[in-house]
Amino acid sequence: MFTKILIANRGEIACRVIKTAQRMGIATVAVYSDADARAPFVRMADEAVHIGPAQASESYLVADKIIAACKQTGAEAVHPGYGFLSERASFVEALAKENIAFIGPPAEAIAAMGDKIESKKIAREAGVNVVPGFVGEIRDTDHAVEISNDIGYPVMMKASAGGGGKGMRLAYSEKDVREGFEATKREGLNSFGDDRVFIEKFIEDPRHIEIQILGDTHGNVIYLNERECSIQRRHQKVVEEAPSPFVTPKMRKAMGEQCVALSKAVGYHSAGTVELIVSGADKTGESFYFLEMNTRLQVEHPVTEAITGVDLVEQMIRVAAGEKLAMMQDDVGIDGWAIENRVYAEDPYRGFLPSTGRLVRYQPPVEPWTDDGEANGRRGQHGVRVDDGVFEGGEVSMFYDPMIAKLVTWGKTRDEAADLQIAALDAFRIEGLGHNVDFLSAIMQHERFRSGELTTGFIAEEYPEGFTGAPASPQLTKVLAAVAGVIATADADRARRVEGQLSDDLYAPGDWTVRIGEREEGSTSHEVRLEENALTVDGEQVTIEMQYTPGEAMVDVALYANDASEDAAPVESYTLQLKPTRTGYAITTRGATHHLRILQTRVAHLAAHMIEKTPPDLSKMLICPMPGLLVKLHVGEGEEVQPGQPLATVEAMKMENILRAEKQATVSKINAEEGESLAVDAVILELE
Amino acid sequence: MSANIAEMERRRDAAKMGGGQKRIDAQHAKGKLTARERLDILLDEGSFEELDTYVEHDCVDFGMQDQKIPGDGVVTGSGTINGRLVYVFSQDFTVFGGSLSKRHAEKICKVMDTAMKVGAPVIGLNDSGGARIQEGVASLGGYAEVFQRNVLASGVVPQISLIMGPCAGGAVYSPAMTDFIFMVEDSSYMFVTGPDVVKTVTNEVVTQEELGGAKTHTTKTSVADNSFENDIETLLATRDFFDYLPLSNREDVPERPTSDAWDREEPSLDTLIPDNANQPYDMHEVIRKTLDEGDFFEVQPGHAANIICGFGRVEGRTVGVVANQPMVLAGVLDINSSKKAARFVRFCDAFEIPILTFVDVPGFLPGTSQEHNGIIKHGAKLLFAYAEATVPKITVITRKAYGGAYDVMASKHLRGDLNYAWPTAEIAVMGAKGAVEIIFRQDRDDPDKIAEKTKEYEDRFANPFVAAQRGYIDEVIYPHSTRRRIALGLRKLRTKQLENPWKKHDNIPL
Repeated sequence: MFTKILIANRGEIACRVIKTAQRMGIATVAVYSDADARAPFVRMADEAVHIGPAQASESYLVADKIIAACKQTGAEAVHPGYGFLSERASFVEALAKENIAFIGPPAEAIAAMGDKIESKKIAREAGVNVVPGFVGEIRDTDHAVEISNDIGYPVMMKASAGGGGKGMRLAYSEKDVREGFEATKREGLNSFGDDRVFIEKFIEDPRHIEIQILGDTHGNVIYLNERECSIQRRHQKVVEEAPSPFVTPKMRKAMGEQCVALSKAVGYHSAGTVELIVSGADKTGESFYFLEMNTRLQVEHPVTEAITGVDLVEQMIRVAAGEKLAMMQDDVGIDGWAIENRVYAEDPYRGFLPSTGRLVRYQPPVEPWTDDGEANGRRGQHGVRVDDGVFEGGEVSMFYDPMIAKLVTWGKTRDEAADLQIAALDAFRIEGLGHNVDFLSAIMQHERFRSGELTTGFIAEEYPEGFTGAPASPQLTKVLAAVAGVIATADADRARRVEGQLSDDLYAPGDWTVRIGEREEGSTSHEVRLEENALTVDGEQVTIEMQYTPGEAMVDVALYANDASEDAAPVESYTLQLKPTRTGYAITTRGATHHLRILQTRVAHLAAHMIEKTPPDLSKMLICPMPGLLVKLHVGEGEEVQPGQPLATVEAMKMENILRAEKQATVSKINAEEGESLAVDAVILELE
Repeated sequence: MSANIAEMERRRDAAKMGGGQKRIDAQHAKGKLTARERLDILLDEGSFEELDTYVEHDCVDFGMQDQKIPGDGVVTGSGTINGRLVYVFSQDFTVFGGSLSKRHAEKICKVMDTAMKVGAPVIGLNDSGGARIQEGVASLGGYAEVFQRNVLASGVVPQISLIMGPCAGGAVYSPAMTDFIFMVEDSSYMFVTGPDVVKTVTNEVVTQEELGGAKTHTTKTSVADNSFENDIETLLATRDFFDYLPLSNREDVPERPTSDAWDREEPSLDTLIPDNANQPYDMHEVIRKTLDEGDFFEVQPGHAANIICGFGRVEGRTVGVVANQPMVLAGVLDINSSKKAARFVRFCDAFEIPILTFVDVPGFLPGTSQEHNGIIKHGAKLLFAYAEATVPKITVITRKAYGGAYDVMASKHLRGDLNYAWPTAEIAVMGAKGAVEIIFRQDRDDPDKIAEKTKEYEDRFANPFVAAQRGYIDEVIYPHSTRRRIALGLRKLRTKQLENPWKKHDNIPL
């Protein structure tokens, strides 16, 4: 076994590998760029080597620097993590020349699987299903029909040179092919100057399911079940789970054996993942096809660890050290269900705009995972595991992946794992930058997600207009109103314990009118009454248990049935994040922030006279999306602008962001000057 | 007997109706509450005790003798906010447009005199069309009587003005002499002469809102300290604000319980200061992480944002916070920020509120606009205010403290009680680059030499230890221990005794 290894990566995956190495008694070396000098993985490692500036191309991607760091520290092996150099055959070869082991697959396998066309060929030869299609020249319509009949409907006819949906035609029958083939050719010719067409099977209700492979250098390869990663946004995985709700034992075996065959065909060892596209429309589960093989550890590997109890990083290290796999295919089982959510620094409320900056507050729901070597240890604490590489006061920089943390939950059932996600997301406190915690929670609560009817189009189909927060159930609304009453009374009570009072018989008010919703329109109003030991919302008794001290930012609330016995379990438990506002609180829970106006009922009666201010029409304004410096104004007052035309350039975090016109308009007013520091949401200019 | 009581009740009920239902409805239609409704929200439930309910004017001109309404356009009295005594007057726009008559003014003077006697704050709710023109000079005299009391009360009891409707002409000078002004957005305005007169005299066309609305006064002029969306928000905010203030200059700052640990550590502050000295960071984070529960009531947030002023609490006791804001103009001191902070510091000093100063200041803002508009005189205001203040003063230098601005920002030399520096602090005459260009003027064309000397200057002065060696910094502290240090310091300074030499009054450069 190695005595010292180097991790050629950063962030959460570097932390992840270091933890397991430390448990195995292996010393660790971190490498870091300027931007990561303060990062946790650097402190966690036994040694750290600085390898250059923030840009990955000048640090983490420079093989020579990694090799030099190995030599400098005497590291015997390199774990590449994912991304960066992890799938670069030349890096593996360079390491080999220096007699440094690579904790990953052989260079040949990386090379073979790295080529899109080559890998498909190998897969087909190894007996793996590939998407049926015809790549050669198609003579005429009759030939096209013949090919289509062979493939089986539906088929997709695509102009060879086409892209972005152009020159594509779907055919469900022979008739469709006859009608559409010539048209597709013409479109190809007109749009791309190329009338070649290819035909392939159209995958209906596509799902992304992948098989985890593990092999050793002695010719043993096994599969560790599947993961489903259908919930993606622009090809970026958001939610992953294992097992897949779609896969039957028979299908699992078929997929697994094909993927093992492929791995053996390329002489694979170490951990790897074969990605498959699966037609959700074919309930037999036979329509699964090879997409590509990732010759590395995947981001989402923890879900596999949680259900199999296998530590993939440990296995990779052992395999690299030449050990034989200690388990056989029959030893691999499935225990329970695991779900991973990727917490990203991107703002779902602003079209998933990437967000960088300082983590002013960062409190994950549980302490980051520690590797204690127990099989179930890979399920974290009480089924909640957080893999992260950030800290409160740290920075999410623009140089690397915007992932803040991976939240993994494990339960006996899928529902249990999803419920754990919801609870954990509620308690995940991140302030200072935009993040997708609300969005993840919304997915976990989504009826379609719970039904398991997933496709890769899930997000686009379910949130076509973007994300505005998960809707509150009537029960949650009731709880929010009740909590508002309790909090307001506690706050008022504390305020009345100030020094210097005229008399000391002042009681905190107990009658509150709570409006849930930022504006009158679309909000609900509730009468909340607190008496001795009774709490009512709109006249109905509500039984909740909570410990609240004024000033707290997070509070746990348990809702009970009104007739619940002493030892009854709560109907539901919530964690609420509280932010005081001028007349109430903004409460974040269950995938949304709810604005609560909490007024004493006597005051609320008078609120009816207040004239609600119409919020400014944001579509007519150019809003500064981040705090930054206005470097340039590209337009002047009175100027007419076209969609896409640059209006202003804002520099933030040393990066210039060009803000463009969304539609045709006239600049009616300019509110900022070049060189001005702008706050987030500052109105730069107004349009008509 | 019962007939007498019935008569009293009849008169009370009549008085409560002010200018009558029609005018009340008109007031409501404008999104404004009546004088009494406002007091109901401002004060603890049922605590308002009205005085002079039946006062009427004595004007006999222009038919006024036939128009008498009990109360005469202003509701006065006292009540409590979270149990603490406050005197109030609330102008009633439904009665003669809230216009100020002699008797109206006398009512205001009466509550102010009482407040002064007992040592309780005064909150004035302004909603008035101006002077009662029918009364002529009697009304003007009334204003002046109020002004005189504003001045005498200044520094004795806190005075807060809420502008909740029109406030024009001479009327503006009473709020202007109180300690804090809050305005209601879109329904209040303040100006000496209105748009019509402006048009006649200067030919400028301007709306009331542009001339003297809440936005104008909270951003451009700094006449108002804050503004809120409507009557209710303004009144509730005033309740919160009131809780920070001592009742008078004879009373200690109020203390209220908190569960926030006095020695709470904030490790994240250790990484707040960016590696690059020119990169900004948000000073609000330091403030919020230092104060109890992150609770901070900022004054004048929309004006001269390069300096932050406001109230918070440490261990439940009020403190005034002044801080340079690197996010805005790099936190530089200029005319507006000096004036803003100077007035704030003087308020704190007048009412024995300890002052916390967070310093990251690159100096004074250069330029003809600043020089010609009197940065010398205005900058001196802040210097003067800090120097004369005898309250506990704790200063934390987070990063830059350059030049004269270092002296100004509650330095040790201005009787700072505890002057702390973070390890990232740089206390120097100026930034290294500027300094080297002066010291090594002859090498200006030799960039290598300049770079070398700049590095040398940075190594020598870009740290807190040179100042600490001289005792100008009492201790260099971990950023994460800032709250603990401040809380301990404030405890120890509670018994501070320091007096300035006797004088009639000082002569601050106005």
